[in-house]
Amino acid sequence: MNQPIKSTDIHQSILDDQKSQDRRKMMINGVLLLVLLAAPLAIYPVFLMKILCFSLFAVAFNLLFGFTGLLSFGHAAFLAAGGYTTGYLLSNYSGLGTEMGIIAGTLVATGLGLAFALLSIRRQGIYFAMVTLALAQLVFFFFVQSEFTGGEDGMHGIPRGELFGLVSLEDNLNMYYFVLAVFIACYLLVQRVVGSPFGQVLKAIKQNEPRAVSLGYNVDRYKILAFVLSAALAGLAGSMKSVVFQLASLNDAHWHMSGEVILMTLVGGMGTLLGPVVGATFVVNVEYQLSQGPLRDWVDPILGAIFVLTVLAFRSGIVGEIQKFMRRNLS
Amino acid sequence: MSEQYVLETRNLVKEFKGFVAVDDVNLQIRQGDIHALIGPNGAGKTTVFNLLTKFLPPSRGQILYKGEDITALKSAAIARKGIVRSFQISAVFPHMTALENIRVALQTFENTSYSFWKSGNSLHKLNQRCMELLDEVGLAGFANTTTVELAYGRKRALELATTLAMEPEILLLDEPTQGMGSEDVDRVVELVRKAAKGRTVLMVEHNLSVVSKLCDRITVLAQGAVLTEGDYATVSADPAVREVYMGSDGSGERGVAAEDNQTVEAAQ
Ligand SMILES: Nc1ncnc2c1ncn2[C@@H]1O[C@H](COP(=O)(O)OP(=O)(O)OP(=O)(O)O)[C@@H](O)[C@H]1O
Ligand SMILES: [Mg+2]
Repeated sequence: MNQPIKSTDIHQSILDDQKSQDRRKMMINGVLLLVLLAAPLAIYPVFLMKILCFSLFAVAFNLLFGFTGLLSFGHAAFLAAGGYTTGYLLSNYSGLGTEMGIIAGTLVATGLGLAFALLSIRRQGIYFAMVTLALAQLVFFFFVQSEFTGGEDGMHGIPRGELFGLVSLEDNLNMYYFVLAVFIACYLLVQRVVGSPFGQVLKAIKQNEPRAVSLGYNVDRYKILAFVLSAALAGLAGSMKSVVFQLASLNDAHWHMSGEVILMTLVGGMGTLLGPVVGATFVVNVEYQLSQGPLRDWVDPILGAIFVLTVLAFRSGIVGEIQKFMRRNLS
Repeated sequence: MSEQYVLETRNLVKEFKGFVAVDDVNLQIRQGDIHALIGPNGAGKTTVFNLLTKFLPPSRGQILYKGEDITALKSAAIARKGIVRSFQISAVFPHMTALENIRVALQTFENTSYSFWKSGNSLHKLNQRCMELLDEVGLAGFANTTTVELAYGRKRALELATTLAMEPEILLLDEPTQGMGSEDVDRVVELVRKAAKGRTVLMVEHNLSVVSKLCDRITVLAQGAVLTEGDYATVSADPAVREVYMGSDGSGERGVAAEDNQTVEAAQ
């Protein structure tokens, strides 16, 4: 005779499962942290900071794209809004602590994100992407025309200043550990958001929006909140970037940049936490290596080819494919 | 007065660019009934569901819930009031586990759904209730299975359990037995019968044997308009209904009156 399975046992095994998953996540995070802490010993800190800033940008984008199912083609606007705001404030108000400049940049991007969200959230699929692109182009032209951005020349010589009036950020190592701390905080925040009750609802909306509606969820509000969080973190990435490079330019606002973050996320693995980080690291490295060699004029076509290859053959991206492989071989 | 009707429509109309999909429909659903909405393909049954739950805005007319006009409410608000629908195509969250599917429904009534800073562990207190609901539809053993891996019949059972997790007063089921083998159909009939205790059910159903077994009252829709209404015996004896199902020449072999356990269904 079959022993009937007790539902409390099943429930217990689910909780155990989850615990071991959490433990694995902690281990991966721990290893990653050690690598990042030691990295400046081997690699030029400014290059590492570039990777971290783009990683943060991609992580922010992925919160919306990978975890909510909304493809924004306008995220460059938030990166640039953060960068220009921080750059302008630090350049013109020397008494201002660097952290205040960064917070202000993030807030401006957050507000802009709310405006974008309110105007685009009712549109579905490709129309949503088109509205976000159109809005980002408006923002781009605003930055082109504005005096304070320096137009085509960009904003140069942004002072890095001091953190809390104590630590000089002119020193690259100090700057690196500050960027790393911000990055880790944001990464953990996104991890928390994805696992939170709110994250569960986002997951449901992504997988079956009409069903989520029929279960009583006001899906527009959840999407708006996800959009604003994503824009805020993208703005923070832009703010950090302008401090690191002491430069804010139209490149950041250009639609190329919106495309690039899509590429990073897809190559690394959308809807995974680590994917955007791996993708950003990969793309930044490919760009750098190519620009050093004889293929320097071929950077865009090669990235385009990588994009096509990913979409056609490796839809889950680097991290996603690895996860699939592990699952297949562990069970 | 309308007190005895839990759900009512008055002169409900839906037009799509000049094409009238729902034509002046007056539905009256009695409290506690299992009420069937039947009719040939394209009759407008799903559209009526979409209007009742505001997935589509009506062109004209009124919807009343316990005498209260709810025509202006949004979908989510209607669901929270206790009118919960299922879908013609199976509606699950495919990449969540069976337990998580149900928990999303229970979570609607928690006030933490916007709390993006809270740990997901705060949802574990709902797991017990999830397991009970899964058990009721015979899916307790699949609690940790990703839904996409479940067989079709089990997906539909999960969908029903998810809908029940909302503790709805009115259950709107759009062809719960569609595409099922006879064994699964029998299971669903039992599940619906159990779920209907203390509730009102409005269901679209092509399988007339299911209708005859379950339903207290039947409304027949044809070309968007109500053709007739009554209990099974009345409706199946109505010549107009036979006409609609069999075609005007009377040669169709799939008639309502032909056999009780016939499925009047064409290619979907
Ligand atoms: N969004 C829409 N836009 C335009 N026409 C629509 C729309 N939804 C439904 N229709 C049309 O309205 C009519 C009724 O469709 P509906 O889906 O309600 O039929 P049904 O009774 O549910 O049929 P079935 O038994 O095939 O499910 C059909 O002719 C359909 O093509
Ligand atoms: Mg239908």
